[in-house]
Amino acid sequence: MSNKIVVGYDGSDSSKATLDFAVGLAKSQGAAIVVAHVLEWSPYSFLTPNELEERHKRRAEELERAETAVLAPVVKGLADSGVTVTTALKYGGIADTLCDIVEAEGATQVVVGRTGHSGLSSRIFGSVAGTLAQISPVPVTIVP
Amino acid sequence: MRNSFKKAAWAAPVMLAATAPAMAQSMDQKINDMFASSTGWFVSFIFSPFPGTSFPWIVAWLVIAATIFTIYFGLIQFRAFPHSISLVKGDYSDPDDAGEVSHFQALATALSGTVGLGNIAGVAVAVGIGGPGATFWMILAGLMGMASKFTECTLGVKYRNEYEDGTVSGGPMYYMTKGFAERGLPAGKFMAILFSVFCILGALGGGNMFQANQAHAQIANVVGDFPGWITGIVFATIVFAVIIGGLKSIASVTEKVVPFMGVMYVLTALVILLMNADMIGWAFGQIFAGAFTGLGVAGGMVGALIQGFKRAAFSNEAGVGSAAIAHSAVRTKEPITEGFVSLLEPFIDTVVICTMTALVIIITGQLVSDPATGMYLLDEGASTIQTIDGNKGVALTSAAFSSTFGWFKYVLAIAVILFAFSTMISWSYYGLKAWTFLFGEGHTKEIVFKVIFCIFVVIGASANLGPVIDFSDAAIFAMAVVNIVALYCLMPIVKTELNSYLSRLKSGEIRKFH
Repeated sequence: MSNKIVVGYDGSDSSKATLDFAVGLAKSQGAAIVVAHVLEWSPYSFLTPNELEERHKRRAEELERAETAVLAPVVKGLADSGVTVTTALKYGGIADTLCDIVEAEGATQVVVGRTGHSGLSSRIFGSVAGTLAQISPVPVTIVP
Repeated sequence: MRNSFKKAAWAAPVMLAATAPAMAQSMDQKINDMFASSTGWFVSFIFSPFPGTSFPWIVAWLVIAATIFTIYFGLIQFRAFPHSISLVKGDYSDPDDAGEVSHFQALATALSGTVGLGNIAGVAVAVGIGGPGATFWMILAGLMGMASKFTECTLGVKYRNEYEDGTVSGGPMYYMTKGFAERGLPAGKFMAILFSVFCILGALGGGNMFQANQAHAQIANVVGDFPGWITGIVFATIVFAVIIGGLKSIASVTEKVVPFMGVMYVLTALVILLMNADMIGWAFGQIFAGAFTGLGVAGGMVGALIQGFKRAAFSNEAGVGSAAIAHSAVRTKEPITEGFVSLLEPFIDTVVICTMTALVIIITGQLVSDPATGMYLLDEGASTIQTIDGNKGVALTSAAFSSTFGWFKYVLAIAVILFAFSTMISWSYYGLKAWTFLFGEGHTKEIVFKVIFCIFVVIGASANLGPVIDFSDAAIFAMAVVNIVALYCLMPIVKTELNSYLSRLKSGEIRKFH
C-alpha cells in the first residue's frame, strides 16, 4: 500500500518550512506528498445581494489564483526532488477540510505548521493545528 | 460701495440662518404636499374596495393567491418544512460545491431584505389600527404566504439568466419572458415590463422612502424633533457611497450586524414575554377575540383582517416577487430546493418576528381600552386606536419595549437604522435588476437609477408617514398583481419539478451528503 502524507500549505513562510520538513519525511519513508490548500469558507456567513450574484465568478477566480500562485510553484519546485507530489484544493473550514482530504486520499499522516497566516485570530478562535490534532483520523505532525 | 457689498454679504448668511428652521419645516411640508398629490391616484386605484364594501380588492387578491398555492401544492409549507431546514443546514449540499452560495446564505440575504421595518413599524401600524386581532390575520397570512414564496423562488432560479462571466440575473421578469414562451403563452414580455416598472416604484417606495421615513422618526424620537430632510441627506450620502461609490465595506458590515440585531430583537421580545408570562394567555385571548369581533376597532373584524393581511404582505413580501430576485443567485441543480428554503422566510419574518412585536405591544398595554366594555378607544379621527402616549408606527414599538427596558429605545434606534439601511441596499439591487431589464445593462444607465434612488431617500425622510406608507404599499402590491398572474400561469411547471424531486428523494436518488 502506498504511503501518502498530506501537508497543509498556504504559501506563508512557515508553511514553506513545513513543506520542507514533510518532503524530508517523505524521502526517508518512500512516501508521496499531497499538498493541500484550503480556502477558508463558511456556508453560514452573510453576503450582500451583489456578493451573491458575483459569488460563482469570484469562486472561479479564487480557485484559479490559488492554483497558479500557490500550488503550481510548489509542484514545480519539487519536480526534481524525487518525491511524487499531487495537490488538493478545497473550500471549507481548514481543519475539517484537511481531515476530508486525508480520508479522500487515503493518507497515513498529516503535517501542518503551528501558525498559518492569522496568528491573532487563531489565539482567539483556536488554532488549526490544535483543532486538527484533536479531530484527525491519522497521526498529526505539527511543525513549529 | 465696497463697504455696503461687504455688509450685504455678511448679512445674507445670518438672515438665512435665522429663517432656516421655518424654511426647513416648509420644505418638508412642500415635499410632502407634492408627493401626496402626485401619487394619490395610484394609491386609490390599488386600494379601491369592492363596490359597496370597504374590502380592498388587492387584499383579497393576495389571500386568494396564497390559498390557491397552498391547496395546489398540497400544504407544501407544512409538508416540506423539515426538509427545508435540512437544506439550510447543508445536509444535502455537495462538499465539492463549497465556495458557491449556500442555501443558508441565500436565505440570510433574502431575509435581511425583508426583516426590517415591516416587522417593527409595520406591525405597530397594523395593531394600532386593526387592534390585537390583526395579529391573528397576520400570522395566517404569513403561513399561507409560505406557499406563494415557494412558487416564485422556484421559478426565479429555474428561469434565471446565466452570463458568460459567471454572474446571474433572475427574478419575475425573467420567468415571465422565458417561462411564458416555454408554455406558449402570450404577453410574457409585456408583463415583465409592467412588473419591472412596478418593481422600480416598489424599490423607491417600500424599499426606500418608507425606510428613510421611519429611520428619521426613530432618530427624532431619541434626539428630539428636527427636519426630515437632514436625515434624508445623511442617509442618501451613505447609500450613495455604497451603491455608487462601491464602498463595499459599509454594506458588508451592515450585512453582518443586521442578523445579530435581528436575533437580539427577538431575544429581548422573548425576555419581555417571559417576564409577563402570566399575561400571554390573556394576550392570545385578545388576539382571537379581536380577530373575529374587532374589539371596537375601525371597521370591526374586517378592519382587523385588512390590516393584518396588508402588513403581513408588506413585511414578508410573499407573492410580490422581490425574493425571487434575491434567491436566483444560488447555484443549484434543483431549482425546487431554493423554493423549499425560501418558504422559511415568511415563517421567520411574519409568524415569528412580527408576532413577537405584536405580543410585546399588546402585553405592555400600549393600546388604550375602555375598562368597562373591554373595547378599544379610538382617536379623534376614529381610524386609529388610542395609545398611551399617542405613539404611532415605530414609536409605538419603541414605547412598548422601553416600558420594560428603558435602554431598549437606543438599541431599537440603532436596529431600525441598520434594518432600514440593509433593506435599502437590498431593494436598490432589486430595483436595479428591474431597471437593467428595461433599459439594458450599462454603467451610465445603472448610475442614473442609483442617483434617482438616492434622491428618493431624501423625499422619503421629509414626507409624512401617511402618504409614504400609502405609496409604498401601493407600489409593492402592484408588483404582486402582475407577479401572481404569472405564478398562476407557471405553477404547473413548479408542480412537475416538485413531483420529480419528491419521487427522487423518496427513491434515495437524492441523498444527504453529511
